[in-house]
Amino acid sequence: MIIDINFIGLIIASIMASAVPLILASCGELITERSGVLNLGVEGMMIIGAISGFALMTVTGSLIIAIFGAMLAGVLISTIFAFLTQTLITNHVATGLALTIFGIGISAMIGKNFVGIPGKEFPVLFEGLKDTIPLLGPILFGHSIVFYFAFALPFITSYFLKKTKIGLIVRAVGDSPESASNQGINVRLVRYACILYGGAMSGLAGAYLSMIYTPQWIENMTGGRGWIALALVVFSTWNPIKILIGAMIFGGLTIIQFHMQAIGVRIPVQFLTALPYIVTIIVLVVISRDSRKIRLSTPSSLGKSFHKDN
Amino acid sequence: MIKIVKRDQPSRAIFFFTPVLAIFLTLVAGGLIFFILGFKPFEALKFFFIVPIADKYGFSELLLKATPLCLIAIGLSFCFKSNNWNIGAEGQLTFGAIVSGGVALIFYEQEGFYILPIVILAGAIGGMLYASIPAILKTYFNTNEILVSLMLVYVSKLILDYLVVGPWSNPEGFNFPETRQFSDSAKLPLLFEGLRIHAGIFLALAAVVISWFVFYKTYLGFQMKVSGFSLKTAKYAGYKGKKMIILVFLISGACAGLAGVGEITGPIGQLHREISPDYGFTAIIVAFLGRLHPVGIIFASLVVAITYLGAETAQIFMQIPKYTGQVFQGMILFFLLASDYLLFFKIKFIGSKK
Repeated sequence: MIIDINFIGLIIASIMASAVPLILASCGELITERSGVLNLGVEGMMIIGAISGFALMTVTGSLIIAIFGAMLAGVLISTIFAFLTQTLITNHVATGLALTIFGIGISAMIGKNFVGIPGKEFPVLFEGLKDTIPLLGPILFGHSIVFYFAFALPFITSYFLKKTKIGLIVRAVGDSPESASNQGINVRLVRYACILYGGAMSGLAGAYLSMIYTPQWIENMTGGRGWIALALVVFSTWNPIKILIGAMIFGGLTIIQFHMQAIGVRIPVQFLTALPYIVTIIVLVVISRDSRKIRLSTPSSLGKSFHKDN
Repeated sequence: MIKIVKRDQPSRAIFFFTPVLAIFLTLVAGGLIFFILGFKPFEALKFFFIVPIADKYGFSELLLKATPLCLIAIGLSFCFKSNNWNIGAEGQLTFGAIVSGGVALIFYEQEGFYILPIVILAGAIGGMLYASIPAILKTYFNTNEILVSLMLVYVSKLILDYLVVGPWSNPEGFNFPETRQFSDSAKLPLLFEGLRIHAGIFLALAAVVISWFVFYKTYLGFQMKVSGFSLKTAKYAGYKGKKMIILVFLISGACAGLAGVGEITGPIGQLHREISPDYGFTAIIVAFLGRLHPVGIIFASLVVAITYLGAETAQIFMQIPKYTGQVFQGMILFFLLASDYLLFFKIKFIGSKK
């Protein structure tokens, strides 16, 4: 078997493509968690984004409306979460679970009329440059705009948190809402904004799945990616750059599974499908074992409600 | 003018009233959703909540669906009361079903009174084993139990899929993804001729009684309550936190495993791919709606069980998509959490001055 160098490039590119939704959703959730809010509804927001994007694309025919519509849908559904946890001070875990159950139900309800409809081709950038450089060509060129955005996002997020004033405010709110509040920061407002931003990114991640990655609507098509995105945030120890590494590992596991089947490795397909979930558990164990490190990097108020009158 | 005032103490009356309020609000919101989708709201609600349980058969189906929900929710209440977020009951149910199904398959040609107890025990042990994974990882490796227990749900369903397609598939089954039928001795007896309700309901009722006793009459129940209220206090009081975490996970795993046994040795009678319509996840809602109280959970499991039946009926008679059931389940939890606000805050109406 001759291994074509461009073939390796294509495999790497496909790993990157499968990492895109994880990066988007994780970076969104990272901001939410950095402000002290644990939103377990990522899976629900993602699936809402997936159906909204696909439905809008089919109905309006406009890809731009569909992409932004999916983000808006993510924002809208996360508003429920924000209102409950921030205004009505509900438990973050329970509310997030409700959001996921609700999101899966609602998406299937809306999606009933969109099953079996073929998707549209999503335009890619720099298609012509693909063959100009061996190996790197297929990796760098010929992807959708969402793909490029996803790979820039961890760096943007890192810059935002470390170098900008608003980023500093977000971190302050997450680490010590009391002192932030005493400094005159509106904790509730900041948290609202971070939750809605997380919703937008999850919505975009979902739209990527239903419009670009596998352009069609399948019920429950997120298949636990939202939960893996949540695990990635822990994996990253709340550092956006590490999300990139984690997402590539999980993307790799997904892609390798297809190639193993293709070359006829005699491992039950179910085992290969289970691999990303099992690896997630192993990775979480390895990361969390050092309890001191986890304590230092976890936003101190994560998952705890804050009420000014308290 | 409306003014919101903090209560000095959470109101006990409201504590038991809010679940009722949440159900009412869900019905209103549900009617609204039906209206938006273009159905007659009252007719849709009737088909959803009244028609399915209007006859003897429907009532038996209601109990059939409420049984696993109640059983799992009772188990989960042990975890939730003590601040342990086991959300992988669906996986523990599946693994319990796998282990008990495996045992039942060993005896597939035999009859005997001893078979059913062994099969039931195997299911409970399977659920416990599976629940022990997040428990041990949480206590000894500081790993987040929410994510681990959830990831294990996906893994358990893939294990089941592998078994029923591969090694355990029925050799005379024309390659259908299912095992042999269990022998009659491995099946839970039916309670009434012609109805599907089976003896598994007694497992659920036993769990209710035992949990009530543990919660309110034992030292363990008290420890759980304190740990749920404040982990710091529990530490000062010198409670053995690790032991308790593992214990509550084992209890809830056993309950979920038993629910799995009830499904495969009751209405199903074999293993196949879809043994549970997400009972393990829905039971989380049941546990909250029942206020983590054994009696409350009985009522909550009946209410939530209707959403399963209603979704089926509404789909048959009105072509309403069956996922509406899940939408209702999500909404109940939303409204319940939201109305908990009334526990801690009073809304005062103050007459405006002219």
